[in-house]
Amino acid sequence: MKFMRWLGLAALALTVGSTAQAETIKIGVVLPFSGPNADLGHQIDKAFDLYIKLHTKDIAPHKVEIVKRDEGPPTGAVAKTVTTELITNDKVQILTGFVFSPSAIALAPVVTQAKVPMIIANAGTAWITNLSPYYVRLSFSMWHHGYPMGAFAFSKIGCKTAALAYTDFPPGKDSTEAFKTGFEKAGGKVDLSIPMGSPAQVPDFTPFFQRIKDAKPDCMYVFIPSGAHATGVAKAYGELGMRKAGVKLIGPMDLIPDNKLQDMGDAAIGTIVMGNYAVDLNNAENKAFNAEWHKAYGKDSYPDFMSAAGWDTMHAIFDTIKKLNGKVEDGSKVIDAMKGWTTNGPRGKVTIDAATRDIVQDEHAMEVIRKPDGKLGIKVLGTTKAVKDECKVQKIGRCGT
Amino acid sequence: MPYYANIAVSILFDGLAYAMFLFIVSVGLSVTMGLMGFVNLAHGAFAMAGGYVVVSLTRSLGIGFVPALVIAAFAVGAVSVVFERGLYRRLYKATDLEQVLLTIGLAFMAIATATYFYGPIPKSVPLPEWLQGDINLGFRSFPSYRAFLIVLGAVLIAVLWYAFERTNIGAKIRAAVDNRRMAESVGINVDLLFTLTFAVGSGLAALGGGLAIQLFGLSPSFAVLYLVLFLIVVAVGGLGSFKGTLLAALVLGIIDTAGKYLYADAGGFFVYAITVAVLLVKPAGFYGRE
Amino acid sequence: MAASETINPQRKQARERAAAHLLSRHHFHWAEALPWVIAIAAFYVFPDRMTFGNQVLVMVLFALSLDLILGYAGIVTLGHAAFFGLGAYTVGLGAARLGWTEPISGLFAAALISAFAGLITGWFLLRYRGLTLLMLTLATAIMLQEAGNLRSDFSGGYDGLPGLEFKPLFGVFGYDLYGRTNYVYALVVLAVVFYFVRRIVYSPFGQALTGIRENVRRMHAIGSPVHRRLVTVYTIAAGIAGIAGALFTQTNAYVTLTVFDFENSAKVMVMLILGGTGRLYGAFIGAVVYMVLEDHLSKLSPTFWQFGIGLLLVLAVLFARRGLLGLLEDAGKYLKKKKVQS
Repeated sequence: MKFMRWLGLAALALTVGSTAQAETIKIGVVLPFSGPNADLGHQIDKAFDLYIKLHTKDIAPHKVEIVKRDEGPPTGAVAKTVTTELITNDKVQILTGFVFSPSAIALAPVVTQAKVPMIIANAGTAWITNLSPYYVRLSFSMWHHGYPMGAFAFSKIGCKTAALAYTDFPPGKDSTEAFKTGFEKAGGKVDLSIPMGSPAQVPDFTPFFQRIKDAKPDCMYVFIPSGAHATGVAKAYGELGMRKAGVKLIGPMDLIPDNKLQDMGDAAIGTIVMGNYAVDLNNAENKAFNAEWHKAYGKDSYPDFMSAAGWDTMHAIFDTIKKLNGKVEDGSKVIDAMKGWTTNGPRGKVTIDAATRDIVQDEHAMEVIRKPDGKLGIKVLGTTKAVKDECKVQKIGRCGT
Repeated sequence: MPYYANIAVSILFDGLAYAMFLFIVSVGLSVTMGLMGFVNLAHGAFAMAGGYVVVSLTRSLGIGFVPALVIAAFAVGAVSVVFERGLYRRLYKATDLEQVLLTIGLAFMAIATATYFYGPIPKSVPLPEWLQGDINLGFRSFPSYRAFLIVLGAVLIAVLWYAFERTNIGAKIRAAVDNRRMAESVGINVDLLFTLTFAVGSGLAALGGGLAIQLFGLSPSFAVLYLVLFLIVVAVGGLGSFKGTLLAALVLGIIDTAGKYLYADAGGFFVYAITVAVLLVKPAGFYGRE
Repeated sequence: MAASETINPQRKQARERAAAHLLSRHHFHWAEALPWVIAIAAFYVFPDRMTFGNQVLVMVLFALSLDLILGYAGIVTLGHAAFFGLGAYTVGLGAARLGWTEPISGLFAAALISAFAGLITGWFLLRYRGLTLLMLTLATAIMLQEAGNLRSDFSGGYDGLPGLEFKPLFGVFGYDLYGRTNYVYALVVLAVVFYFVRRIVYSPFGQALTGIRENVRRMHAIGSPVHRRLVTVYTIAAGIAGIAGALFTQTNAYVTLTVFDFENSAKVMVMLILGGTGRLYGAFIGAVVYMVLEDHLSKLSPTFWQFGIGLLLVLAVLFARRGLLGLLEDAGKYLKKKKVQS
């Protein structure tokens, strides 16, 4: 009996093998696995692994082989070395991952020269996608959240004046610039703009927030990298009693990453963010995604917006492999095949804009609430459909080139 | 309250709380470096270990935050003796460079170990009700946790000051810092003394690590992220000086807070500028021996 | 004088041996060819790994500059990244803002600017020693970084200066994806600088530095201009660190403010101590062993590789007190002794 089954399987394999040439596609994954930002790398890596585990059959008879490398600190140097070697030494055909913008900026000439498609799963500085025709981004640009938040804060949350506080590195400046552009266009006024130190260390946020509290704006727009900083913001905000003092906490979704939300406590309740994902988003794909995630990583592990982007990234890569029937040697064909790709993922409907190779997605204004089961969660206040990267739409600064 | 007075009070209060954290972690480092001239770059790793002990105790065993802090301090202090006896002891006569290499190596290993057991996601601790929110002192309100930090810091300073300046052991430590050979020749067991101060210093670091979770969050990199800051406090205060470390922590804590509050654009600049200014004038720090 | 003639022949012999040793110390020993042979062999054996090889060479050069001040003059600094960063930004800003893209003149410019910074800061700071000096040098590097961030419109901040393009070397050798040109370029620069450093170390000036390291008071007592010599060697080392930084920017075609990080200063120091200080080749062994191990371990386990590096450092301290090179020397001596005995 067993023998017959084996025979059947072998026959099946033979027929499949003869109809299509089975290819093994080598994918290089570059994420920060060590150092202060290791947590971000792991959020994406888990999503990659999960997608591959569940969907390997989708691309049969082809297979993927994953080569993982540590992206290192956000200097660009380590990422450049390991990625170049993934191309020259390991001969990978597709690159993905990349949490830090400097990595993507440093790698543009390499990728362009090597003609290897690089599918960015996080790095959010707006103008990155202009740097190489081999870049495709499935995460977001800082403008995706910041710009619509400007108008929403003015008209729906009731912020007439706002203070900006941001971690002093390019994504922080990018995000606050996006918010300011949208907010001032809607008629709001920015009182105060406070840089809060380098991303390397989590600072004590209290002095910065105390100053904002003393200036009494209606709202405080905060950008911080979504790692260890996020919890610190919620705590300092709560400790200073700023909500009582009438200063609302708003920002991009990096303020409340799902995997840290439960730790933030009551202080986070009432925070309003603009973002593309939360575990509480109500759609079938997201529910399935969460169920699989908990099954694989336990009930206390949560995916966050980075994981959702990672999931869609691997989805796009798999669909492209299927579409090209495993023939991914030609990088420009891979990019062409990805242009216009669309799906309903955990984040809802996402599309790769054929013109900019950047993502088009729905943006949700979300408020943190205490759910009936006692856990923290979010409530969607409003949704803007099919949001593009406004920086490239308006051709602001480097986005115009 | 008038606007400027309000600002001044804010800066003083937040600066004081921050200074207490700096003092609690740095004082042990200062005394061990002063006593044995031992450069212990793994000091931050003991602080991190303390933080994780507090996380485990509060989260997994449901022990309260304050008892967990105490347990963590004693546990890490006790474990540090093993390191001191087993590893550090062999390098007292070695050069600074070798000590740097050993302790940086230990810090790296500690980071990887913490990542293995606790994962890279930053941890936080559940605080008791009375440490959340703010307390009203009539003229204005203050965050309770920071008030707690200041009070705790003040108590510790009083206890340490008494132990350092008024007890027999304290006198022996001061004598050994001043002149080790002399102290040994009059029969003070400097080795034992050092083990003791090392344990106390590591325990205090662990306490500081536990207290820092609420301020900065706790991830494995804590072992090295704030190390430079502790070293600065030690250098500005003067090696082995209790008074100096306290003064340095106060000055740096308050000036750093003021810089962030008043001129955030160059927030990180002030600590280093002050460090350079002080050390150029007083190379051995406030109370160090020239 | 008569006494020296009646001295017993054995001591005379020993004295002559010592003199001969002093005279021939600076001659090239055959073993010195080894690292260079390995570096050239690596080019042919690992043609696909030259990007990594190039990073190693840059770190060797950086560690070599540190050896000059730490190993030979005994100056312990945690701010050496300041000069590396200045060099890196000299060619980076030169290319991005002034269109100065010729690489070799860029190296000279970087060396000059970094050396000048070394001269100024060295003149002020080298009066101090120990922890004070550590903190002062560290603060200098971080203040440069903060200044760069304050003017990120000019410096590019933490996002760096992207898309730098440099002219082909001598107008002929362009940069390739495999980094082979870069590797050869870096190796030649390293060899030239190394020759220069070796000359310094074995010159009377180099001997005076060693004297300062071993006993400052005595050097003062014999009227040696200690401070001036320290500042001189600090300036030279800063210039070399600047060249290393410039090479880093040129071969990466990218630079961010993180080159000024404390981590960068600390790492190069760890590499040097690991290899062995005051031996010239310690920089080679330390940087190569550290980086190759880091590379292998981080492939093996991207998350926990730091444990292996940490263990290496701890073991090195416990069992190889004078660095890996010291360990090799001991092994060499031991073998020789065995040979003599048998």
